[in-house]
Amino acid sequence: MPFFRSHVLISVDPECLKRGAHDVMDALQDELVQQGLNEEVQILETSRIGDPIHFGPDLMVYPEGVHYANLSVDDIPFLVEEHFLKGRVVNKFVAQESIIADEELGMPKAKEIRIVLKNCGKIDPNNIEEYIAEDGYMALGRVLTELSPEDVINEVLSSGLRGRGGAGFPTGKKWSFARASASTPKYVICNADEGDPGAFMNRRVLESDPHAVVEGMIIAAYAIGSSQGYVYCRAEYPLAVKTLNIAIQQAREFGFLGKNIMGTDFSFDLEVRMGAGAFVCGEETALMSSIEGKRGEPRPRPPFPAVRGLFMQPSNINNVETYAVVPQIMLRGPEWYASMGTEKSKGTKTFALAGDVKNTGLIEVPLGITLREIIFDVGGGIKDNKGFKAIQTGGPMGGMIPTKLLDLPIDYESLASAGSIMGSGGLIVMDDETCMVDIARFFMDFTQDESCGKCVPCRVGTRRILEILNRICEGNGRDGDIELLEKLCYEIKRDSLCGLGQGAPNPVETALKYFREEFEAHIYEKRCPAKVCRNLITYEVITDACTGCTVCARNCPVTAISGERRQPHLIDPDVCIRCGICMQVCNFNAIHII
Amino acid sequence: MVLGATHRSDIEEVVNEVVQQYGSSRDELIPILNEINRKVGFLPNGVLEMVSKQLKLPQSKVLSVATFYQMLSTKPRGRHVIQFCESAPCHVTGGRQVWERLQEELNIKAGETTEDDKWSLITVSCLGVCGVGPVVVIDEDLYGNVTPDQLPEILSHYS
Repeated sequence: MPFFRSHVLISVDPECLKRGAHDVMDALQDELVQQGLNEEVQILETSRIGDPIHFGPDLMVYPEGVHYANLSVDDIPFLVEEHFLKGRVVNKFVAQESIIADEELGMPKAKEIRIVLKNCGKIDPNNIEEYIAEDGYMALGRVLTELSPEDVINEVLSSGLRGRGGAGFPTGKKWSFARASASTPKYVICNADEGDPGAFMNRRVLESDPHAVVEGMIIAAYAIGSSQGYVYCRAEYPLAVKTLNIAIQQAREFGFLGKNIMGTDFSFDLEVRMGAGAFVCGEETALMSSIEGKRGEPRPRPPFPAVRGLFMQPSNINNVETYAVVPQIMLRGPEWYASMGTEKSKGTKTFALAGDVKNTGLIEVPLGITLREIIFDVGGGIKDNKGFKAIQTGGPMGGMIPTKLLDLPIDYESLASAGSIMGSGGLIVMDDETCMVDIARFFMDFTQDESCGKCVPCRVGTRRILEILNRICEGNGRDGDIELLEKLCYEIKRDSLCGLGQGAPNPVETALKYFREEFEAHIYEKRCPAKVCRNLITYEVITDACTGCTVCARNCPVTAISGERRQPHLIDPDVCIRCGICMQVCNFNAIHII
Repeated sequence: MVLGATHRSDIEEVVNEVVQQYGSSRDELIPILNEINRKVGFLPNGVLEMVSKQLKLPQSKVLSVATFYQMLSTKPRGRHVIQFCESAPCHVTGGRQVWERLQEELNIKAGETTEDDKWSLITVSCLGVCGVGPVVVIDEDLYGNVTPDQLPEILSHYS
């Protein structure tokens, strides 16, 4: 039997044929013969690989799994020489996905372990058969035929999985509470209202591997005894909503959703509900209010959703990522999952790297990895080789972590001890040109805007903090402001009704804790060390470097610059609006900020 | 966006169609308002009245929901709606300069509509494409890695 070291699958989809796929195939065969490779490399015809209109003629090379696209007959000799003789992937022929997908999820970087992201970019999310081919719905099969609901809960418990939405509550425990509640009907809800600025992991999973989430929810429903589920997805994710709906429809057609799933007497169905632009609806009780058609206002707990949730019935609500990992835990076993991570924070977590870092995008790493490794090894370091200043973890309810804590391991307890939280996984990296007062103000502006308004500490408290921060950034900081901010932070955290208010002060609190001197400079010296806050900076011409070319004066929108040709120019600080255009257009680096 | 003007009979038709599509139970209120907002461009007063009648809800409840969610608008909007992400990741990668240039080009501030009703400018919270910030969305088109100098060209695509 002939043994081939490499297989080439070439698409003979009609659209590819129209674009010359057969000629490419013939050219490839000829070239392989010429190079003496035709006994080692086999060419096979297949149906569509990538979207033929964008990628045809295209082909896949195995075992590497490289997808080459838009090939012409002339490309073939070079391709064969590079890939099959020299063993080098030819990057210029590799299929480029959409600019967004390409930029945000490339090949795994050093130290990554992809579990939740394992199928993303590799399967067609609109084709359930591809999910099944990657062992999809096998876990469900095992669960429904071999395990009791209690068995399922025990396995999830021993895996050590903690809720990936941010709070990190042990998932198995949460399921056991809903199971223990007697009242029916019970509901399974997926929180897909990923609103944290800087977090887009959930979006990617929903758009690229929706069935992982669906399967996880069905398993959860079996475990707690539910027959109806909802995925609450934010309206800002239209593609995710569309992909989910297609996936649910296909799952129904295959008998994974609906009545008597896989021939058992377990029935469960799923519906997608869209949000309407309210960050607070990511909070579990506000989310349930929203599904009920009301304002997204949180409710006090107890009673917890597991006892009285959606429509006042026992409900289990988990994040997208939590459900997405469940099928793999059920398939590969809880010990496998628990072998990764730290003692109290098991498994892997997806993170979204954003901000001033070279490699922005999605990553998945085992918990316990340090911040330094994430920023510099996985993230490639700071963009433009500037200095690192701080990293914000956990979204707007999280805290800023400075350089001296960079060797902190990323796990639930360590981040909490530093004043931050794990949150949903957004990591915003900030370079040394960031003003920490401005950033704290920025986050407070966001949370203040998104506050639902129901409880006084949050509604009024965040506004007061914002007013003080605005004053400080404008140069009107007063003695006593720092102490007042600290007091407000403490009280708002203590007294707010829900996680939004309880976490809103974190950016301010950590900024005060680690960057107090910046606040003091703003207040007592009316100076912004990072040279960001408009009212506290002055643009000045460096007279020795200025050649008097007048480019800056001509571009100044408020004619604040005066000077004769060939004479050093002068910027009038009273007229200058600090737009920075003069510095941008100066060809002699003769303008700086003081 | 389909209807710019707000003829009562046209609105009635849209409302009836949408309520029939989703069903007239209370928990369908947000999907219904979302769909009507999408079709009409915003939620005129007449809509709130009609929806409250069909769903048998007090008008105050419908209004309280319509004004809570950022994607629902009770004010008319321009032919093209520009959404600018004002969240931190877009901010730290140069968002502020893009925002200022946008306001300059259009001569309006956040929440306003140009006099000729062509543009409405609103700020939104994170859209979840932070890897390509700063981000501008015009109608259903998303633009990533936007620089201030690209704006005039981007805006010129819309009539």
